[in-house]
Amino acid sequence: MIENRPGLNAMAHLVLILGVVVVGLPLWVAFVASTHTATDFMSGTVPMWPGPHLVENYSLMLERGVSTSGTPPVARMMLNSLIMALLIACGKIAISITSAFAIVYFRFPLRGLAFWCIFVTLMLPVEVRIVPTFQVVAGLGLLNSYAGLSVPLIASATATFLFRQVFLTMPDELVEAARIDGAGPMKFFRDILLPLSRTNMAALFVILFIYGWNQYLWPLLVTTDSQYYTIVAGIKRMADAVDGLPQWHLVMATAVLAMLPPVAVVIGMQRLFVKGLVETEK
Amino acid sequence: MASITLENVGKVYPGGTRAVGDVSIDIADGELIVLVGPSGCGKSTLLRMVAGLESITEGEVRIGDRIVNRVEPADRDIAMVFQNYALYPHMSVRQNLAYGLKNRGTPRSEIKRRVDEAAEILQIGPFLDRKPRALSGGQRQRVAMGRAIVREPAAFLFDEPLSNLDAKLRVAMRLEIKQLQKRLRTTSLYVTHDQLEAMTLADRLVVLNGGRVEQIGTALEVYRRPASVFVAGFIGSPAMNLLDARALPHLPGSAHAGTIGIRPEDLTVTPDGPIEFSVTAVEELGAQRLVHGLANGEAMTITQPSDATLSDNMRLSFDRGNLHLFNRETGRRID
Repeated sequence: MIENRPGLNAMAHLVLILGVVVVGLPLWVAFVASTHTATDFMSGTVPMWPGPHLVENYSLMLERGVSTSGTPPVARMMLNSLIMALLIACGKIAISITSAFAIVYFRFPLRGLAFWCIFVTLMLPVEVRIVPTFQVVAGLGLLNSYAGLSVPLIASATATFLFRQVFLTMPDELVEAARIDGAGPMKFFRDILLPLSRTNMAALFVILFIYGWNQYLWPLLVTTDSQYYTIVAGIKRMADAVDGLPQWHLVMATAVLAMLPPVAVVIGMQRLFVKGLVETEK
Repeated sequence: MASITLENVGKVYPGGTRAVGDVSIDIADGELIVLVGPSGCGKSTLLRMVAGLESITEGEVRIGDRIVNRVEPADRDIAMVFQNYALYPHMSVRQNLAYGLKNRGTPRSEIKRRVDEAAEILQIGPFLDRKPRALSGGQRQRVAMGRAIVREPAAFLFDEPLSNLDAKLRVAMRLEIKQLQKRLRTTSLYVTHDQLEAMTLADRLVVLNGGRVEQIGTALEVYRRPASVFVAGFIGSPAMNLLDARALPHLPGSAHAGTIGIRPEDLTVTPDGPIEFSVTAVEELGAQRLVHGLANGEAMTITQPSDATLSDNMRLSFDRGNLHLFNRETGRRID
């Protein structure tokens, strides 16, 4: 749409700038807070410009953490979050692409039932089945482990449906050509389907990585050993200072650090992400 | 190299719909057979049954001396060229050509030799390292043929390979396929709905209608002696005039025939001809023109040189030998 109306243009910019301010201001406040000392924030006036304690605060958090809140150094928590997010993203992609392959390309008995079972999991996210899931994970002895953190979040239907849709758009002739070329089902999967779904996998990876990174309730439940704390759950624990004022400058430094990896993933994979969502040519 | 034999082949889908019935064709080694018919006549289904992409529910298909009814497509020693080419989009042209050979465990040096040879034959050497999406329609078509050639199969199966090309390229590729097939002498089965393509390419034509064979013969045999009303109307352009014998009782043979056929090019304008013809429309084709009109209320078309003088009412005559008579009930040819 191309319109040459200056008023409309200014209006559009105004709306967009407002949006940027709404999103950006809290981020700015968090950043500013993380560069001051604890007392600056309790003084009554909130500083709007960065203070001199940036390096000090961040290195303190990365290396030692806050002993009073019982959290390990932020570097450790970020590593835990990274491992969990990667396990969830990769696990979900692996499971859903194979199940979509089975559903689309094989005619097996009870195929319809299998499809509906996967479909039903859409209605049962972790939050809904959290008590029984906790029971199962505890029974398997997976509390305080990376497996316990990620496995219950891996099984889900959304990604399966995405891949099913991708596979359904693959021309039948491609399957037939591969059959004539002597490619068995697994070979077809590896040589043709996987490379052709590459951009879709990348797009899904971005979404799932952020989904995994932002997990809050589940890690809070299954980790009691501080060695397995994830960063999002860790921030909550830090803010809950029992015997004293929350050290907001340190909490904010942690929050800023926690934001960086998802931002890096989005920026790094932006091109593939967009391609994977809009590309239709096969 | 091998012959292909279809014996009483039929296809009934699980729902009970019959797509193909009782088709028997003997394809000699090195022969190019074209299956032609209108859409939905079962020609593609038949080809896919030979390829192994559709199950064969009746009769048997033999490639060479082997019954292949239950043999996997990859093990039938055939290669297929698809209408939309079905090239693997993520592989380079070279990988596309080599993929089938690689799956069969062909030695690397042999793959390279065959790919280079096919590239040479089809003149796609400069594109070997490009992806299919960087190629034009005609080039993709060549790659699709290359993928068939490198396999050195017993038979080529073509499923309307030229329908996605523009008219000019189609004519050029048609000739090329014909020459290529003569050079390689590989038994070929070719499906098309275009009767002109069928006639120009085929050693023999198989005209299909409603899943059944109407006629098998060389282009000229089918053109000169169509076995049924359907073939008469389908083969030849402009189409043969098919007249109800009752409307033209004075024509020879009309007493026992249901339909009388005569090709537009076999009708001549003469002052004392037996058919009265009133012109309703004229189509210019350049070298000649098509004149449409009515004879005793029956629509009829004749071809005339573009410099011939026309009048609104003309009399037409014909050679008795050029009349085709067809049975009223069965639509079969009467001799």
